[in-house]
Amino acid sequence: MLTFQFVSTVRLGIKSLMLHKLRSALTMLGIIFGVCSVIAMLAIGEGASYEAQEAIKNLGSNNILLRSLKPPDQARQQAGGSPRGMQLAYGLTYEDGARIQSTIPGVNRVLPMRIIRENVRFDRNEIPCQVIGTLPSYMAVTGAGIVRGRFLAHLDEQHAENVCVITTGLARRLFPHLDPMQHAVKIDTFYYRIIGILQERSQPEQRTQAGAMEGQPLDNNVYIPLSVSRTRFGETLIRRSAGSFEAEEVQLHQITVQMQNLASVETADPQIRTLLGRFHDQNDYEIIVPLQLLRQAEQTKRIFNIVLGSIAAISLLVGGIGIMNIMLATVTERTREIGIRRALGAKRRDITTQFLVETVVLSVGGGLVGVLVGVLTPLVVSQLTTMKTIVTVWSVLLAFGISGAVGIVFGLYPASAAAKLDPIEALRHE
Amino acid sequence: MPADSAIIRIRDVEKRYVLGGEADVLALRGVNLDVEAGSYLAIMGPSGSGKSTMLNILGCLDRPTAGRYFLGGEDVSRMPDDQLSEARGLKIGFIFQSYNLIAQLTVLENIQVPLLYQGKDVRTHLESCLELAKLVGLGDRLHHRPSQLSGGQQQRVAVARSLVNNPLMILADEPTGNLDSKTGQEVLDLIDRLNEAGKTIVLVTHDDRVASRADRVIHMKDGLIDREVVNRPMRARPAVSSS
Repeated sequence: MLTFQFVSTVRLGIKSLMLHKLRSALTMLGIIFGVCSVIAMLAIGEGASYEAQEAIKNLGSNNILLRSLKPPDQARQQAGGSPRGMQLAYGLTYEDGARIQSTIPGVNRVLPMRIIRENVRFDRNEIPCQVIGTLPSYMAVTGAGIVRGRFLAHLDEQHAENVCVITTGLARRLFPHLDPMQHAVKIDTFYYRIIGILQERSQPEQRTQAGAMEGQPLDNNVYIPLSVSRTRFGETLIRRSAGSFEAEEVQLHQITVQMQNLASVETADPQIRTLLGRFHDQNDYEIIVPLQLLRQAEQTKRIFNIVLGSIAAISLLVGGIGIMNIMLATVTERTREIGIRRALGAKRRDITTQFLVETVVLSVGGGLVGVLVGVLTPLVVSQLTTMKTIVTVWSVLLAFGISGAVGIVFGLYPASAAAKLDPIEALRHE
Repeated sequence: MPADSAIIRIRDVEKRYVLGGEADVLALRGVNLDVEAGSYLAIMGPSGSGKSTMLNILGCLDRPTAGRYFLGGEDVSRMPDDQLSEARGLKIGFIFQSYNLIAQLTVLENIQVPLLYQGKDVRTHLESCLELAKLVGLGDRLHHRPSQLSGGQQQRVAVARSLVNNPLMILADEPTGNLDSKTGQEVLDLIDRLNEAGKTIVLVTHDDRVASRADRVIHMKDGLIDREVVNRPMRARPAVSSS
């Protein structure tokens, strides 16, 4: 009974709106844009932060990354009178790794890495790469996956075997027509046998030493045993550039400290800072805690969402005002009808309901179309650009809910204005 | 309290319009009127005589400033708005000069409107609505819109609509004012038939010929009933509340 009445009220509302199709459509447009922008903006924001968070997660949220940094110029001048003369010694040392392993509680693994830029050659192909000297535990710490063959093993390390593992990208570029397995690539003056191909889950190394800035593909990595890296390349790197040359002495470029759990990451972070601070008299390293970055990213995302959400909410507000405007005009236009209905027994409440339902039908109808367009827009955006977008269920519900609320809020005033009309005056209205 | 055969009982009704200044207008100055069930009353009078005010009060569209108005034994002169709306919907069937159908609704839907506001289920009353449409001769036009009908047809829809809640009385305000004389006659004939069937009719008009159809004609002047003419005794009929 009640539901029947409601259904017939809604049908009446739709019928009245259909009398002015263009007007109703234009009015809905405001809500459509509003809802669409809420969903699309949140989807783009969500996608952007998802990508950032994934990148950070790939660093390993249980990990703490220590990276060697070339000290700033000022500090270098002060350290000018170093016993090594021209040579600049900085960065993390093997001892740092050992100290962390032995003194910081909750440490699972300490993974040292030496990262050297060298050209890798096979046949006539020559590709600039990062030659990464590391330990077999690399796999466990970074979560990378082997596609073919195997990763470096302890025996490789012990015997300082000239073997290497290359990334899939490099394999493709270096061996466009050949199977790379068991071939040897030439790095500097030595040959290294390829024993495995690695699928990089992420590129934790590439952020070091301005990797991406030199314009080379990000996944050109060659992994060799740490002992080999030490003996073949030594610790002193000489770089010639424009008439001058520079020698650097760096033991380790990166140490990844894998902690047992998230809680120990929090406690270990300040401990490692203190520990390293005691043995380094210059600021030649940086500490990156992915967990903190993740938190920051989440914070940023929240702010991002609020900003985008407010912009979208404003457009919904504008849409709502548009609806109110039209409904007020409609009430004036239909004063006579209101008078007739009142004469035929409609209570004020009935009139309020009628116009409120009409407004809500407009806004919810706009909301539905808006949801549709709003879900499609991010799809198109991610097709046209490389941006990742994620449409979340709650953003759809939120946008749709708001559109309904807009209908009620902005419908109340016109509806109550309609209900307040004096029936006699309304009947006399032309 | 007088006998209950009077459907309308108006006692010393005054209506004062406050126009802002001191110049209030007293549109009705203590009107007394009884209308028996089943009678056919015409109200006449020049403009400014208080005729429209009288109509508004009779139709429960307005409340008197002073005095009492009993409609079907119930005092409607002090009712709050919601109850007054209900009284309008339930006890009064309106017929207006300009038909006042709702443009976006079909003939059938227009007839059903008063049902809706009494919370009645339109589907269970479909049969009686169809009958009413047939009664006014529009059984074959149920799904037409008012704009597709002639004036006379529209007014007949209004007649059917006025009957749908089986009201105590039909209040007709210049029902033939917008019609040519032939269709006007047809509508008046229809109203006559309703009266013969027992409906109480109150009709407001300028037209002497229209008024002559009523049992009783009251002439209003300066907010009072100036004189009353009884055309004929109330028609004898078997039952007061019909159909």
